[in-house]
Amino acid sequence: MEGFPISSNGARPATLAEPSAPPGLSGRGLLRFTTAGSVDDGKSTLIGRLLVDSRQVADDQLAQVEEASRRRSMDGALDLSLLTDGLRAEREQGITIDVAYRYFTTQRRFILADVPGHREYTRNMVTGASTADLSIVLVDVHRGVVEQSRRHAYITSLLGIPHLVVAVNKMDLVDYDQAAFASVVDTFEEFAAGLPVADRLFIPVSALHGDNVVARSERMPWYDGPTLLEHLEQVELSHEHPERVSARLPVQWIIRAPNGEPNVNHRGYAGQLASGVLRTGEEVVLTPSGRRTRIARIETSDGPIEEAVAPQSVSVVLEDDLDVGRGEMISRVDDPPTVAAELEADVCWMSVHPLEAGRRYLIKNSTRTVSALVAEVVHCMDIHTLRPVPDSSSLELNDIGRVRLRTTAPLAFDTYRANRGTGSFILIDETSNDTVAAGMIVGAPAPAQP
Amino acid sequence: MSVAVRRQLSHLDSLESESIHIMREVAAELERPVLLFSGGKDSAVLLRLAEKAFRPGRFPFPIMHVDTGHNFPEVIEFRDRRVAELGERLIIASVQDSIDRGRAVEETGPRATRNRLQTVTLLDAIAEHGFDAAFGGARRDEERARAKERVFSFRDEFGQWDPRAQRPEVWNLYNGRVRPGEHVRVFPLSNWTELDVWEYIAREDLDLPPIYFAHERDVFQRDGMLYAHSPFVALANGEVPFREWVRYRTVGDMTCTGGVRSRATTLAEVVAEIAATRITERGETRADDRFSEAAMEDRKKMGYF
Ligand SMILES: Nc1nc2c(ncn2[C@@H]2O[C@H](COP(=O)(O)OP(=O)(O)O)[C@@H](O)[C@H]2O)c(=O)[nH]1
Repeated sequence: MEGFPISSNGARPATLAEPSAPPGLSGRGLLRFTTAGSVDDGKSTLIGRLLVDSRQVADDQLAQVEEASRRRSMDGALDLSLLTDGLRAEREQGITIDVAYRYFTTQRRFILADVPGHREYTRNMVTGASTADLSIVLVDVHRGVVEQSRRHAYITSLLGIPHLVVAVNKMDLVDYDQAAFASVVDTFEEFAAGLPVADRLFIPVSALHGDNVVARSERMPWYDGPTLLEHLEQVELSHEHPERVSARLPVQWIIRAPNGEPNVNHRGYAGQLASGVLRTGEEVVLTPSGRRTRIARIETSDGPIEEAVAPQSVSVVLEDDLDVGRGEMISRVDDPPTVAAELEADVCWMSVHPLEAGRRYLIKNSTRTVSALVAEVVHCMDIHTLRPVPDSSSLELNDIGRVRLRTTAPLAFDTYRANRGTGSFILIDETSNDTVAAGMIVGAPAPAQP
Repeated sequence: MSVAVRRQLSHLDSLESESIHIMREVAAELERPVLLFSGGKDSAVLLRLAEKAFRPGRFPFPIMHVDTGHNFPEVIEFRDRRVAELGERLIIASVQDSIDRGRAVEETGPRATRNRLQTVTLLDAIAEHGFDAAFGGARRDEERARAKERVFSFRDEFGQWDPRAQRPEVWNLYNGRVRPGEHVRVFPLSNWTELDVWEYIAREDLDLPPIYFAHERDVFQRDGMLYAHSPFVALANGEVPFREWVRYRTVGDMTCTGGVRSRATTLAEVVAEIAATRITERGETRADDRFSEAAMEDRKKMGYF
């Protein structure tokens, strides 16, 4: 046996640069990315190409696809898109229904949330995009920028994904023409320049023939940027600099030693750092309770550590025995989150039952769940023009809009722009128990003037 | 705070932290969780993660093994050894009991397996104990239906998975709310690959059933796979047992788990072989997934692990 479906050694084409990690670091960290495109832009083919050319596909999977290709088409040519087809209903209908997660490793570890492109599945895109560091939006160069492409770029920016790659596909159909590519770039930029996505990259590719996906294209000498895989391997992530953001540790669970053990008074505040760095000895505040104390110890099962760095799961022991628990957030005293019982947020509505002003839901933000009342629907985004429509009274399935919520107890949060971990929430319908919305906090209304 | 050092967790540390977060969310939000123990390497990792999530406290859930009665004896020994070391509670749900009580009907013939009967026993045990959450060791890289399953996977009162009615799962804000009779299956290892699991086992120096390492045993060949010769499998015409060096990549029933030829007797050798293999673990060693292109999907809908 030879070759590596799941590991790095030798699987990488020789043209790629060596990892540029500083000494002591094991290359770039885990990259979570997402792909979106409207139907037939070639998304499945692109992913299949990425996986096959970087030799991430196991022999038995490839054999399954070869066999299915033979059964399905006359010429029996390898249909790369079958690699990523999942459920039987999807194969029968020839469409993708749900987000599929894929895992591969070259110089870097990747988690891909592969999102179907149908309009009715906006909620899927939000699902896949919520944890992504990078988003690939496909555009068929032949068809040009369509409404769906704009929508995908908009959701990328709404969800705060810092890196956007526009893969301009099917370059073979336009004879690898630079002007055709440039025209897509111009149209896209006209609209995307207004979006707060810091990093945008356009790559001309042919998913079908493999140009600029993993291997550099000979047919587009005019393009001197990275191939898609090179870019994925090299892009630098903001969470590689946790010390630049506020420290936030939402308390999930209190760890107590069992009765009869010597450390019976042990009380560990366990949680996963949403952002930043916390150090032993630091003065901290718990919100929303407002209790102050110091960090006595930071524990992991491998022993105590001096500092905890996001996204580590740890347990901290505090100097004072505070009677607080799950739902509190630990921050440095000089850098606390907002505490408020009213907030404004953009929500993506994911239920067939519309959101309406006056309705009540459960809101889960970090590890805190309380009741929320929809005080107002501020506006709904028009999905065609991507402009806000004021005076909307409800949000329907797959609508994105801005709402004002009042909660029965205060929450401790940041804006989503400042912090994707503590600025996000879900709404839950208490009757059906369904998750009905993904929310991104825009801010807390200023306290009313007396 | 002046130096802008780039500090990042290794990918194994990131995965570990994510899994611990998932387990603590379940403990905090659900009333009666249980950890399903299969005896395999994924269970070994789950137990280690539970230690990391909850020690020095006790596990806020029992451990449950659905025992088909056709296990490798090495797996049962491993189970009892680990549970004793951990000092946690073990529940054994027995497929034989389900058969004796008429809840399940034994298959017959050379290809008989209790693999599918496990679902009955599992769902009965979940109902009997009133569990509202069950941890499983499944990973999304195992198979195409799994690739689409949520970390918190909702099951209706029949224990069934409906891929078209999955709850949206955004950020790390899990929704585990269920009504009486319903439960969630929770997969803390969703984002791990087979190689991650092995690298983690090596890093944490985890105990495993010895069948994961190369050993000599009596096997016979069927459908291109090497099955253990055991009292639980009747040989079909022309099948002749022979001695071979094998190890196992997955651990299920003796009736449906095939071994691979190997001389890898140490963890390091096994990890090296896994890294170099070009065949997925289920494709290589699990007969239960070979029935049809959608075998796993069908079993999941019925309430399988
Ligand atoms: N000419 C050409 N056709 C492509 C390319 N990429 C995909 N296609 C074709 O476009 C069609 C749709 O591709 P598919 O990957 O299924 O699209 P999806 O719906 O976005 O997943 C298929 O017939 C592909 O063979 C490309 O780069 N060039």
